[in-house]
Amino acid sequence: MEIFRKIRVLLSVYYAYMVEYRAELVLWTLSGSLPLILMGVWIEAAQGGQIGLGPIDFARYFLAVFLVRQFTVVWVIWEFEREVVEGRLSPQLLQPIDPGWRHFASHISERLARMPFALILVMLFFVLYPQAFWLPSVANVLLFGLVVAFAFVLRFLIQYTLAMVAFWTERASALEQLWFLFYLFLSGLIAPLEVFPPAIREIVLWTPFPYMVHFPASLLIGLPVDVGRGLLVMLGWSLFFFGLNRWLWRMGLRQYSGMGA
Amino acid sequence: MGYYLNVLKLFWGAALAAELEYRANFVLATLSSLGNLVGSLFGLFLFYRTGYTFEGWSWEEALVVLGLFTVLQGFSSTFLVPNLNRIVSHVQQGTLDFVLLKPISSQFWLSTRTLSPWGLPDLVFGGMLIGYAGTRLGLGVGDYLSSTVPLLFGLVILYSLWFMLGATSIWFVKVYNVTEVLRGLLEAGRYPIVAFPSAYRFFFTFIIPVAFLTTIPAEALLGRGEVVWALGSGILALGLLLFSRVFWRFALRFYTSASS
Repeated sequence: MEIFRKIRVLLSVYYAYMVEYRAELVLWTLSGSLPLILMGVWIEAAQGGQIGLGPIDFARYFLAVFLVRQFTVVWVIWEFEREVVEGRLSPQLLQPIDPGWRHFASHISERLARMPFALILVMLFFVLYPQAFWLPSVANVLLFGLVVAFAFVLRFLIQYTLAMVAFWTERASALEQLWFLFYLFLSGLIAPLEVFPPAIREIVLWTPFPYMVHFPASLLIGLPVDVGRGLLVMLGWSLFFFGLNRWLWRMGLRQYSGMGA
Repeated sequence: MGYYLNVLKLFWGAALAAELEYRANFVLATLSSLGNLVGSLFGLFLFYRTGYTFEGWSWEEALVVLGLFTVLQGFSSTFLVPNLNRIVSHVQQGTLDFVLLKPISSQFWLSTRTLSPWGLPDLVFGGMLIGYAGTRLGLGVGDYLSSTVPLLFGLVILYSLWFMLGATSIWFVKVYNVTEVLRGLLEAGRYPIVAFPSAYRFFFTFIIPVAFLTTIPAEALLGRGEVVWALGSGILALGLLLFSRVFWRFALRFYTSASS
């Protein structure tokens, strides 16, 4: 029972933090406008009918991408980097809880604080573009919920692993910027994988990227995807990064010499 | 004027000397910029590989737009991000007081205090892309020259919008990310404006004038610029620049400093 109490305390503390900066949250939500811009370009392109999907498909796809992005935003590397450089990690090491959990809880609470605004935007979208409205089946919604949570965990694990580099260099976030480029162009954020050249698509499907955006988004709008394979690839990458993360964490702590350590 | 130029030389000399301490960053910046370029080309290729073209824009012509967009990215990470994104922290920590006390325009100080050379790779790659597409299209020196004026207007428009958004921090102290919203919207400049449905076109021409940043300079470069749009671009640039000055003065009236 102790563990539930910890979870509850962590989540409610970070939720309070997050709602304190509501204006910032709203702006972050709005800054995720890239899928909505690309939606426009693809809708226009699909009018000709030369591309496999129709205008409505693109509208739904990019709306789903927008939602998935809202659920899976991760910024742990910037916080962790600061904590290491400024030595604020030291007091946390004395506590009987792994510092990773604090970051994890703060991300989860932020989701809850951000969600009402994101939902308002989705409703606004359907008011402006009622033709695109659709109701996914209950099974798909449940599956989407599961996969999107998994996608968030995977993205968090990867970024937290890259963050460990902060023990050795001051600019770990530069790595994330490089990594983000792959995420941006291969995850399905700029275009559904269906319009990729088949050879590239096959390669991309073995990387973790499409599972963080394209896979959950396709589930929500009902595009055909291989659910079993998707979940397995996600699990594989999660285990890999979890192992790497814990190993780097142990090596890093030996190396750690921040203020007060 | 000469006074301001001297100050500018000192500002940028100091900024460069400080940034060159971190030369390893240059490798990372170049890699990121190259990766970004490859990804952007891939994104554009996804449209053209099916035989679809943006109405009236061949592949090479669309590359010109992308090249201009990359140049703008380089411009903003060299000049705008390091300066204008700092207005927020000046307001928050009250260090804006010291800026206001200096015998120099505070808008000038805030806009030019530093520069970051890490936008350079973007400027170079963007230029190369334009050069490549220009050669394929057989453009001459005159075409390049005729696009510099609308491009300059575009830069002024971008600066003015960015500055005004930064200035809103006087009222809403904690808005680190307000410029991120603008940056997100600017992504629309990757594509010529005709690539969008009509509602988007309206929005990106009259509300957030992205069309003036890349499409109109690109049209001038391709030798099919229309005088009306060039004129509109000039008026908009001048208007926004003047307005940003007025807006800043107005905002300062509400500045109460962090300690008082």
